[in-house]
Amino acid sequence: MAEAVDYKAIGTSPVRPDGVDKVTGRAQYGADLNLPGQIYGKVLRSPHAHARILKIDTSRALALPGVYGVITGQDFPEAEGGEIGGEGGGDVSDLAKNIMARDKVLYHGHAVAAVAAKSLSVAQAALDAISVEYEVLAPVLDLESAMAPGATLIDPSCFTKNLPEKPTAPSNIAAVMKLGRGNVEEGFAQADVIVEGEYRIPMAHQGYIEPHACIASCNEQGQATVWCCTQGHFEFRAMTAKVLRMHIADLKFIASEIGGGFGGKTVIYLEPLAVMLSRKSRRPVKMAMTREEVFRATGPTSGTLARIRVGARKDGTLTAATAWLAYEAGAYAGAPMGPGAMTVFAPYILPNFAVEAFDVLLNKPKVAAYRAPGAPQSMYAMECAMDELAERLGMDPIDLRLKNAAEEGTQAPYGPKFPAIGLKACLNAAKAHPNYTRPLPAGAGRGMAVGFWFNVGMQSSAEVHINEDGTVTIVEGSPDIGGSRASMALMASETLGIPYERIKVIIGDTESAGFSNVTGGSRTTFATGMAVIRACEDIIAQCKSRAASTWGIDADQVDWRDGAAIPAPGVNAALKPLALADIAAGAPKTGGPLLGRASLNAQGAGAGFSVNLADIRVDPETGKVDVLSFTAIQDAGKAIHPAYVEGQMQGGAVQGLGWALNEEYIYDANGVMQNAGFLDYRMPVASDLPMIDTVIVEVPNPTHPYGVRGVGETPIVAPLATAANAVSRATGVRMRDLPLSPPRVLEALEAAGR
Amino acid sequence: MVLPEHLLHLTGGQRVLDIAAENVRDLVLELEERHPGLRAALGRAAVAIDGQIFQDAFLEAIGPDSEVFFLPRIEGG
Amino acid sequence: MDKIQIGTSINGEAVEFLCEPQQSLLEVLRDTLGRTGTKEGCSTGDCGACSVLMDGRLVCACLVLAAEAGGHEITTIEGLATDAGLHPIQQKFLEHAALQCGICTPGLIVATKALLDRHPDPDETTIRYWLAGNLCRCTGYDKIIRAVQDAARSLAHPA
Ligand code: FES
Ligand code: FES
Repeated sequence: MAEAVDYKAIGTSPVRPDGVDKVTGRAQYGADLNLPGQIYGKVLRSPHAHARILKIDTSRALALPGVYGVITGQDFPEAEGGEIGGEGGGDVSDLAKNIMARDKVLYHGHAVAAVAAKSLSVAQAALDAISVEYEVLAPVLDLESAMAPGATLIDPSCFTKNLPEKPTAPSNIAAVMKLGRGNVEEGFAQADVIVEGEYRIPMAHQGYIEPHACIASCNEQGQATVWCCTQGHFEFRAMTAKVLRMHIADLKFIASEIGGGFGGKTVIYLEPLAVMLSRKSRRPVKMAMTREEVFRATGPTSGTLARIRVGARKDGTLTAATAWLAYEAGAYAGAPMGPGAMTVFAPYILPNFAVEAFDVLLNKPKVAAYRAPGAPQSMYAMECAMDELAERLGMDPIDLRLKNAAEEGTQAPYGPKFPAIGLKACLNAAKAHPNYTRPLPAGAGRGMAVGFWFNVGMQSSAEVHINEDGTVTIVEGSPDIGGSRASMALMASETLGIPYERIKVIIGDTESAGFSNVTGGSRTTFATGMAVIRACEDIIAQCKSRAASTWGIDADQVDWRDGAAIPAPGVNAALKPLALADIAAGAPKTGGPLLGRASLNAQGAGAGFSVNLADIRVDPETGKVDVLSFTAIQDAGKAIHPAYVEGQMQGGAVQGLGWALNEEYIYDANGVMQNAGFLDYRMPVASDLPMIDTVIVEVPNPTHPYGVRGVGETPIVAPLATAANAVSRATGVRMRDLPLSPPRVLEALEAAGR
Repeated sequence: MVLPEHLLHLTGGQRVLDIAAENVRDLVLELEERHPGLRAALGRAAVAIDGQIFQDAFLEAIGPDSEVFFLPRIEGG
Repeated sequence: MDKIQIGTSINGEAVEFLCEPQQSLLEVLRDTLGRTGTKEGCSTGDCGACSVLMDGRLVCACLVLAAEAGGHEITTIEGLATDAGLHPIQQKFLEHAALQCGICTPGLIVATKALLDRHPDPDETTIRYWLAGNLCRCTGYDKIIRAVQDAARSLAHPA
């Protein structure tokens, strides 16, 4: 258990081991590998948001010179139902149909066919030569119409799950979830003030800069090797095997470097297509999405409609709250309404509450995870309501939170009692921060909000190889998306007691590393880190026994300190320490190569809380929102590599600000996204932003050897409400629908007569 | 131990159950014994034992006074 | 399709290639010449991942036709480090943890070079506006700006 320990490596911020290759252009990302004899795959996508496929004619495409293969939904094995497994969950047959439509297309951009050709231009010509006959159906594009009785059905075989009685009619509501405690009516009756509101959070994209890409090579026995950018190559392998009904052992997945994912690269899109096209053409097939395809056909996060009601006594004590949360799932079930429901009230002690959440189908792309999936939406609504409550009560918004803040032993709304958590520590750090106490810049508003994410553990493996000279190679299976090789090397350096520079970390492919779940859920530094620590401990135990046999004493008479075996106190003190390099050099005589291993299913990831502050000014002429300062405060448990922890906090803050201020999917009446490019889907650029100040709070997670909590996801949760609360305080007008883009802000200001 | 709301129809509305079990495996067996169908309905649910969340619990020990919750599996990005 | 023959200089080396008339410089760099250090994020000029220098001027390689590169000097990310080691901008990006996934990094480093060649001592606002064409989704830009400031200092006062 981590206490105030003096660490040597942990808590420093050295240059990452893979850094030089990434600043020189050497590092190979998804689209950077080329194989001899490769051809190019491309996907034909539906021009309709909702239609039945009547006929696909590929004959003209196949007849073109340089076209090596065409596939459609008919070429896929019958999709079996059942859980995907792994992190994301969901249904295999939905996954298969999302990759390639069978009888119906369910969103604009849904794949209907794919070709492989000798060049991209021939592949494009082949796509143009495919003719598809559709029967166009009315698209369902918003939550209200999707949920209304008598709505056009996306999937007539979809019956709402989790209802007490099995429903008799199908519905676009794929599932509901309820949570509750106490008596809400009584709670509200005790309240002196009740705040109520309806909030809209738009569908938004993760916006990773690297489009999905892969290259597959299949041999005559049907065995395939796939190189791709992924957050989890083991899970990609399993999903591809299920969709294509292959044996897992016949697929090898190699994770390239990955140019961002944020949850969006936990799902397969191109990989099975490339495998099938390679099988048909007997050539390596390379596929890469365009940016437009990424927007139209990969999984963004849910648009959400949230209704919140909160009651409190005059002194600020919360008495009751309700939340009604509808999440857009897109074309197939699986919106993150569960975590949304479980996080909405997580920061607070609430004797009475009720949450109702819905997973709703409509004719938009199937959503995928996006950093703390579900939480930014629901907590945005709640944190805005808390701000309104503070205003109505005349209380400082941090004091209102402190008054009700959950702490160790508080029963979380989703069930169990919290172990040690850092919410109060973050709130106190915020209250004391100079950015909170200094005078407000003229015309600005100051906003704050709380963020929360569970974090997960899950399965990881690691091997520690001691090289002949005592340097160390660590093989693990978690793609490094933001510097995790550095964290692994730091934990290994600390555990083994050798310098960071002597450790190299590699991400093995599915045949050379032990199984690991995705890099996601803020789990890598926590869970894969734990596997690395255990594997290092395994090595230390082996080294001690090697030293013991060298010295002719018992293994329990050997200690390990500063990277060397030493005789335990009271044992022959004349024995000279045996450094790792000495033991490695002697290994051939003491039992052969030194190889440490660990594989585990890590539990107890430790909840992560954050508090954000922002000063914001609104231009009354244009409605443009300027962020003057932003402060992210977060409990990291223990920051292994503080610079990369800050980086997670800053990056998440800016993604949250983008979502709050500008980003949204804009659809026309036919369900065609109108802004499928970076010019019109406006993500934050450098000139939009100030520096992002950070405070890392460290309340150690008791279940991790060094106290680590996940840090990757919590940062995106609080910025939405922080920004909206600041805008509201700056303008005196409360706007509940995001994004707070200039036209919308201007309209709201005009409506309020300002 | 405490069940999530959407499974209460399987227990006749009973949300909190008192069960003696040494680990999650035995607990689930006992639940299934008392309320057939519950085991399948729990599926891949996560389990919290005294505040500690386990995504895939099986042999995790349960103490005599432990508080056990079944909750939806948590995903991440 | 008839290909055209083009002669250019890439990172100081004379290079000849064949291309289709509609192909972009980015396509040729990456696919024909195997110089994959220059990245592709959009192909529409909106992300800056493909930033290269053409006669010292910052351009998006995805917006330049390969044929247009004929007779010009192209500098890509692969051309920045020398026998003496990393370019100071590369070094500072590493030291400041200014990259997470790293896909935007080659473009940002090339854009920073263009900036510092022209404005050796830029203030924060100048840096932010110069780099506004280079999207980074991971870092929130904070550490990138600091790396650029530090690179400017170290170029002005080499150790
Ligand atoms: S790839 Fe050229 S600007 Fe995006
Ligand atoms: S480091 Fe990932 S986009 Fe910039």
